[in-house]
Amino acid sequence: MSEVIVITSGKGGVGKTTTTANVGTGLAQLDKKVVLIDTDIGLRNLDVVMGLENRIVYNLVDVVEGNCRIKQALIKDKKYPNLFLLPSAQTRDKSSVNPEQMKKLIEDLREEFDYILLDCPAGIEQGFQNAIAGAERALVVTTPEVSAIRDADRIIGLLEANEIGKIDLIVNRLRMDMVKRGDMMSVDDVCEILSIDLIGAVPDDEQIVVSTNQGEPLVGSNALAGRAYENICHRLIGEEVPFLDLNAKEGFFAKLAGVFKK
Amino acid sequence: MGFMDFFKKKNSGDVAKDRLKLLLVSDRADCSPDVMEAIKNDIIQVISKYMEIDAEGLDIQITQTESESNNGTVPALFANIPIKDLKHSC
Repeated sequence: MSEVIVITSGKGGVGKTTTTANVGTGLAQLDKKVVLIDTDIGLRNLDVVMGLENRIVYNLVDVVEGNCRIKQALIKDKKYPNLFLLPSAQTRDKSSVNPEQMKKLIEDLREEFDYILLDCPAGIEQGFQNAIAGAERALVVTTPEVSAIRDADRIIGLLEANEIGKIDLIVNRLRMDMVKRGDMMSVDDVCEILSIDLIGAVPDDEQIVVSTNQGEPLVGSNALAGRAYENICHRLIGEEVPFLDLNAKEGFFAKLAGVFKK
Repeated sequence: MGFMDFFKKKNSGDVAKDRLKLLLVSDRADCSPDVMEAIKNDIIQVISKYMEIDAEGLDIQITQTESESNNGTVPALFANIPIKDLKHSC
């Protein structure tokens, strides 16, 4: 019954870790048992975004090398008892783990959890190969910029080549004011170019910075980005939710229903 | 940006979209400009046997097209070959 989802993008800095934290927390809010795995060995960050950096004892590499049991390395979330983090190692490198070991680890975690989310490192090298090894579904995060979209396209090709069954797109950091005046590609533009299914569009929101500062994911709050993540979680578990009107804040803009129609 | 500039200039969002579309076609096809040039020259050679074509005006590109059998899009090679003169009936 469990689903293994990798969150990836190719390009760095587009919001993979923020997305993993928020989607994971959102699924936990929907009473799913969730584990987040940070696969970015050497540059771990999911722990700080989740606000759990002080609780790390063991990490992913320790588990793989057999220095501890999986349960010892899992960190329970501050708020949700059904949400866990498996942190990455900070002082090792990507070659400390191989895809076979990741598959084995995920098979073991499947028995316990409804959702296993893998936060993928940037790039397409070994870290990426490790992250996608055990995944059956992918969320590709991109921003409406040429560099991010180009990398996303490359990633989609690699995911397809690796037979990842379902690939969905998250368009992150949308600035509706810029889209409105034609200086940013719209969600429709991005979907047309990448031609994969859209699972959510997340606006560029100051509150994301605030929530990362505090180490508390935004999902479920009333902020626009928080609601966007909440909707993504509902769609992940198979519910149909209409796309948010990201212009709602501006009020006077015409409804953007057309932009988000699919 | 002045009010009038808004109407004169192409929006940067559209510029980005157009650039990306072209870029991804070559990325996906993994076809270098050299290879495309070679394909183009071969096409000119073959067609020239049968008719006089405008080699300068010939344009080939790899794009996407709706597949007839299933619902997805498939890559396609489009060639626009202007004919100058039909030499003789083939």
